Amino acid sequence: MALNRDDQSPLFAPGVAGTLRLIVYLALACVLMVLDHRGGWLGNVRYGLSIVVEPIYRIAGLPSQGFQAATVAFADRQRLTETNQRLREDLLLANAKLNRMASVAEQNQRLKELLDTQHSLSLNVQLARLIGVDLGTFRHRIVLNVGARDKVQAGQVVIDARGVMGQIVEVMPTTSVAMLITDPNHAIPVTIERTGLRTVAYGSRGGDMLVLPNIPVSADVQSGDKLVTSGLGGRFPPGFPVGEIRDVAQTASGTFLSAQARPAADLDRSEDVLLLHDLAEQDGPPPLAPNAGPPAGMAPDPNAPPTAPVTPTLPKVTSPTTTPVPARAASSTETSPAGTTP
Amino acid sequence: MNKLRVRQLWFAATLLLSLFLMLIPLPGPLTPFKPYWPALILLYWCLQSGDRVTLGLAFCLGVGADLFDGVLLGEQALRLTAMVFIALRFRSRLRFFPMWQQSLAVLGLLLNDRVLLLLIRVFAGDPLPPPEYWISPLVGAVLWPFVFLILDDLRARLRIHDT
Repeated sequence: MALNRDDQSPLFAPGVAGTLRLIVYLALACVLMVLDHRGGWLGNVRYGLSIVVEPIYRIAGLPSQGFQAATVAFADRQRLTETNQRLREDLLLANAKLNRMASVAEQNQRLKELLDTQHSLSLNVQLARLIGVDLGTFRHRIVLNVGARDKVQAGQVVIDARGVMGQIVEVMPTTSVAMLITDPNHAIPVTIERTGLRTVAYGSRGGDMLVLPNIPVSADVQSGDKLVTSGLGGRFPPGFPVGEIRDVAQTASGTFLSAQARPAADLDRSEDVLLLHDLAEQDGPPPLAPNAGPPAGMAPDPNAPPTAPVTPTLPKVTSPTTTPVPARAASSTETSPAGTTP
Repeated sequence: MNKLRVRQLWFAATLLLSLFLMLIPLPGPLTPFKPYWPALILLYWCLQSGDRVTLGLAFCLGVGADLFDGVLLGEQALRLTAMVFIALRFRSRLRFFPMWQQSLAVLGLLLNDRVLLLLIRVFAGDPLPPPEYWISPLVGAVLWPFVFLILDDLRARLRIHDT
């Protein structure tokens, strides 16, 4: 019996048909990969299949959610009170800071109005929760529980209480995927807060640090310097903390300094994150101001007959508006009995 | 008839479970130790009932895993197809290996899989991964006897309940 079954996979004979099939499948996979890498239509396919994918994300996220619930449920009272106490202190401190800042912000607002600039300090954010799903080995991505139905768009910035976490790269109807700033494929334009030096922070291979590989040798950079977003590039709005420089060394070629920075955000501990709604200013000239000039009511009608400027406009404007009203009323009185009779 | 259906259900359920296990995250520091579950389960079925596992099935499972992963469509399809091909080719010999040799063979297959993944990612323009990248095949090989025995035991039990 066993020997009969083994006809399909003989002990040593090479199966030509099997090899052929392997080649076909491998070629198919390669074609898929190239198409996806070039065209990036995996997002569309996934958006279409999100009916299947999203519930599975939710279910796969249940264990980590349950784990958190369990840690809260079984955490001893003392630790909870400690956390509570710490949070209260944080809140107190934050509120005190806010109160101090409020007057400054107001003053800033007034000055800015004087200068006629459009920047504002207020944040327009949306709260989102993480779904505990692992998207492959050494992929620094997170899944959030908001999606296109919550008006999330690709490119929105994800922050937590301490700093920038990343940006949305893929949106599905009720979930979205964000790339963390520590992803090796991610780069974020930053400013060193102390000196104002502008540079770019990349994700690192290890995935828990940021790398700033091209700082000029003459630049003044020390460990402990804070990094904030510079707002260049039009993706991240300026002024959000990104990280803190840990050590600075010369690159192997000696032409640049390379610095390592620790991200400010709690990338692997944050549960609730904020999505910024105001995207940074786009590159290029600003769009035309919509209501420049006199109000539209005073503007001459471009569709008006060319004879209009000759005669006084006032009766001309009023007469077309008065004539349709009885017509519409007449039509409505005509239709309503027709609607009631059947 | 009923027995056959139960077996097919069990087969599909384990494959789905492997996809779930792939998606479920491990707590922070343990992340590099996560084995590649779809490969382990697929290998088990390769050895246990080779007529049911075909290259097409491996390809479909891989595409499904890619859809969940959302990184590069076809990446896991290629890896799983290649692995199943090798496993099916040497199936008759692998089945009669003692458990430790089987584990070594699985280690080889998983390492080969990682090399493939590395090649794909480097071609796609990603940087080289950190050394922790190579831990997962070792974990997979260590877990292999347990996976094999547990699945075998469950299968035997199901069959008993069924008759």
